[in-house]
Amino acid sequence: MSGETPRPDGREPEPEAVPEPAGGQVPDADPGSPLAEALETVDAQAEPGLAEELQQEAAREQTPVVADTGARWRDAFRRATSGGWAVALGAIVLAVIAGSILIIVTDERVQAAAPYFFARPADTLAAVGRAVGGAYSALFQGAVYNFGADSFAVGIRPLTQTLTNATPLIAAGLGVALAFRAGLFNIGGQGQMLMAATAAGWIGFGVTGLPFPWHMLLCVVAGVAAGALWAGIAGLLKARTGAHEVIVTIMLNYVAFYLLSYFLATPGLMQAPGSANPKTPPMAESSVLPPLLGDSYNLHWGFVLSLAAVVYVWWLLNRSSTGFSFRAVGENPKAARVAGIDVSRATVYVMLIAGGLVGLAGAQQVLGTVTTGFGADIDAGIGFDAITVALLGGSSPWGVLGAGILFGGFKAGGSAMQAAEGIPIEIVLVVQSLIVLFIAAPPLVRAIFRLPQPDRVPRTRRRRAAAAPTTAPTKGGQA
Amino acid sequence: MTATTAGVPAAAGAPASQDAPRAVATTTWKAVIGLGVVLVLYALLLLLSPHDGSARFLLSTSTDLFVLSTFVVPAMATAWVCGGVGLAVLLLAAVRTRAGRPVPVWAIAVFAAALLVGFLAWAAAGSPRDLSVVGLLSGSVALCVPIVYGALGGVIGERSGVVNIAIEGQLLAGAFTAAIVGSITDSPWAGLVAAVLASALVALVLGMFTITYKVNQVIVGVVLNVLVIGLTSFFYSEVLVPNAETLNTTTRFERLPVPFLERIPIVGPVLFNQTIVVYLMFVAVAVVWFALFRTRWGLRVRAVGEHPKAADTVGIDVVRTRYRAVLIGGAMAGMGGAFYTVVSINQFGREMTAGAGFIALAAVIFGKWDPLRAALAGLLFGFATNLQNVLSVVGSPVPSQFMLMLPYVVTLLAVAGLVGRSRAPAAAGDAYSKE
Repeated sequence: MSGETPRPDGREPEPEAVPEPAGGQVPDADPGSPLAEALETVDAQAEPGLAEELQQEAAREQTPVVADTGARWRDAFRRATSGGWAVALGAIVLAVIAGSILIIVTDERVQAAAPYFFARPADTLAAVGRAVGGAYSALFQGAVYNFGADSFAVGIRPLTQTLTNATPLIAAGLGVALAFRAGLFNIGGQGQMLMAATAAGWIGFGVTGLPFPWHMLLCVVAGVAAGALWAGIAGLLKARTGAHEVIVTIMLNYVAFYLLSYFLATPGLMQAPGSANPKTPPMAESSVLPPLLGDSYNLHWGFVLSLAAVVYVWWLLNRSSTGFSFRAVGENPKAARVAGIDVSRATVYVMLIAGGLVGLAGAQQVLGTVTTGFGADIDAGIGFDAITVALLGGSSPWGVLGAGILFGGFKAGGSAMQAAEGIPIEIVLVVQSLIVLFIAAPPLVRAIFRLPQPDRVPRTRRRRAAAAPTTAPTKGGQA
Repeated sequence: MTATTAGVPAAAGAPASQDAPRAVATTTWKAVIGLGVVLVLYALLLLLSPHDGSARFLLSTSTDLFVLSTFVVPAMATAWVCGGVGLAVLLLAAVRTRAGRPVPVWAIAVFAAALLVGFLAWAAAGSPRDLSVVGLLSGSVALCVPIVYGALGGVIGERSGVVNIAIEGQLLAGAFTAAIVGSITDSPWAGLVAAVLASALVALVLGMFTITYKVNQVIVGVVLNVLVIGLTSFFYSEVLVPNAETLNTTTRFERLPVPFLERIPIVGPVLFNQTIVVYLMFVAVAVVWFALFRTRWGLRVRAVGEHPKAADTVGIDVVRTRYRAVLIGGAMAGMGGAFYTVVSINQFGREMTAGAGFIALAAVIFGKWDPLRAALAGLLFGFATNLQNVLSVVGSPVPSQFMLMLPYVVTLLAVAGLVGRSRAPAAAGDAYSKE
C-alpha cells in the first residue's frame, strides 16, 4: 500500500518546481528582525496598511526560523497551512495507513490467519483487505453517501449527519481560532459551551408563551451571551491581572461543569420535574432550531448560523479594524502597543467574541441537535475537538469550515463504522490527530514521501510570495 | 491612554517581559482585594447558613505512639474566630500595601489556614461522625501524586523551552502501559518502569516534532493528547476488555510504613505510611529542585530555556539539552501515570486520568515554573479534591458540586489575586535553529 502512495504526491512537485521569485528579493533566510524593526517604525507613524504588509512579508520570508519576537503562533499556523496539497494529501495517507494498521492488528480474522502466513499468505492478505476495506467503506458510507440505500433521499442522509456534526465544531472551532489569532489559547471551550447550553436551555424550556422565531432567537442570543461572558472572565483576568489564560480557562471549565451539574441535580432549577436524573426537560417547541431540509433529516438551521459565523469571522479578521488589532496583538503585542493599540481591550474583546462563537456551538447543541433535554455532558467533547479543528484549519475561518466538516464526517462515519464493523470509534481520534500532526510537520511528510524539501525549491511559499508584490502597492496606496 | 499604559509594563502581553523595568516596587491592591473577596464570601456563608452544634476533629489513629483526644469545638464560635483571624490578616495586608510593602507569604498562609479551619468547623458542625484530619491529609497526599509528577515533568520541559501541553497524554500512556505490563508480569515495579518508558516515548515524539521539526509546541501537545486518548481507548476496548483477567488486572504497590516515624501522631500516617511511589515523589521534588537550581545541568537547561542563542554561543548544545530535558520530564510524568494503575486501583479505564494533566499544567503555571511551588500547587489540588470526599462522609450541608468546584474557584482567585503575572521561561514555546 505504501508503495503506491508516493505516486499521487509525486505529481505535485513537477508543476511547482518553478524558480522562486521571492528568493531573489530577499536572499537572507532570516530577515525577520530587520523587517520587524521596520514594521515598528512604520507603525509608529500610523501606517497600519503598510505595516501589515511588512509584517506578512516578514512572516513569509522566514523559512524554518521562528523569530525571537514571540511570533510562534503565526509561524506555526502558517506552517500548518502552507504545506500545500502534496503535504496535506501525504498527511492524510499516512494517517489512514496508521489507522489501517490499528484495524489490522486488532482484527480477529487477521489474527486467526496470521500464524500460518508463510504457508498461505493469501488468507492473511484477504483478511487484511476485508478488515481495512470494510472499515473505510463503512466510514465513507456513514459520512458521505450510503450506497445501500433505496433512494437518493435516504442515501444522502449520512452527509446531512456529517453537516449536523460539523455545525457546533465549526462554531466552536471559530472561537478557538479567533483567540489563536490574537495569541490566546482558548482551552475553555467546554466551559463556554456548558454555560451557553445552560442559558439557552433554561430559556428554551423555562420561558413559555413566546412565539416561534422570537423565542428561538432569544435562546440563541442568551447562549452566545453566556459563552461570551464566561470567556470574557478569562479575558478580563488576563488583561487586568495578567493571569495566564490557559490556567483560567481550564479552571472555568471545571467551574462551569459543576455549576451546571448543580443546576441539573436540583429540583426547581433545571432538573426535569418528576425525574431523579440530572437532565433538563425537553426544549419548548418554539425555541427549537427548525430542520433545514425537512423533518426526515437531522440537519437544522444551526448550520446556517455556523456558515454566517464563518463569514462574520472572515470579515472581522480581514476587513475590520478590530480584527486587525486582534491580529496585531497576536503577532507582536509589543509592536501593537507601540502602534497605539490597547492590548488589554483587544484581549477582552477577542475573548468575548471567541466565547460568543463557542457559545453559539453550545446553543446549537441544545436547540438543534439534542432538543429532548440535556445533561452535563452536552458539550460532548466539542470544546476540545474545536482546538484540533482550529489547528487543522490553520486558524483561518474558511479553513475551520473545511476542517469542521471533515471532522464532522469522521464523527458520523466513525459511529457507522463502530456499528457495522465493531471497530471502536476512538480510531477516528487517532486518525484525526495524526492528520493534524503530520500536516503541522511538512518536512517530515516530505521526507517520508521523498518530496523535495523547501530549502532548495520553496514550493508553496512561491505562490504567496509572488502574490505579495501585487497586493502590497494597492494596500499601501489605500493607506 | 499612552500615559496610563506606559506605567504598567507588559499589560496582558506575552509573559516575556524581560525588558520591563524590574526594579520598580510594584505593590498592588490585588492581593488585598483577593483576600477581601474570599473573606466576604466566607462571612456570607456563615451568615446565610449558620450551623449550630459542635464539630469533632479526630486527630489520631489507633496505632499512634500516644493518642490525642478527639478535638471538640463549638462550630459557629470557631468559625467566627477563624474569620476574625482572617480579617486581621486582611487589615495587616492592607496596611502593608498602603505603606508600599509587599504582603508577606506567611500572612497569606495564615489567612488560608484560618479560613480552612473555620470552614471545616462550620461544615462538620452537628455531624455525629468525627472529621478525620489524618484521613483528610493523607488522602490529599495520595491524590496529588499524579498531579505533582506531571507538574514536575512540565516544569523540567518548560524550563528548557519546550511547552508541554501533553502531560495529560503522558499520564494516560503511563497508566495504560503500567496496567498491561503490570498485569502480564504481576509486578508493580515492572509496571512502573514500563510507564516511565511509555511516557518518555510520548515525550520523544513531542521532542521530535517540536525540536527537530520545529512544529508549534502547543499544537503538538494538544494533538498528542488526542492521539494518546484515541490509542489507549481503542486498545482498551479492542484488547483490554476482552482479556481483562490477563492484561488488565495489576498487582498494586503495598503501603510501606516507615518504622517508628509512622507512629508520630498526624504526621506519621500522613507522610510515612504511603506507597513507595509517594516516597519517590518527595525525593523527586527535592531532586528536581536541586538539579535545576544547583547543578551545571540545571543551569544549562535554564539557559537554553531563557536564551537559547546565548546558550548556543557559549557552547551548550541546545537541541541535545532540550531533548534530554523533555525525556526526563516525560519519565517524571510516567511515574504519575503509573500511580493510576499500580497504586490507586488495579486496572486501566478509558480516559481515567480525567484531566489531571491539565491540572498539572495549571500547577506548573500556578507554581511559577518552580518545582517546589508547583508541587505545593499540586498538593493544593489534591487537598481540595479530598476535602470533598471527606466532607461527604461527614455529611456536609454544602451541595457536593460546590465542594468539587471549590479548588478551581480558589485557584482562579489565587491566580488572579496573588500570583498575578507569571513569567514563563523566555524561550518557552519557541523552536531553536542555528543560523
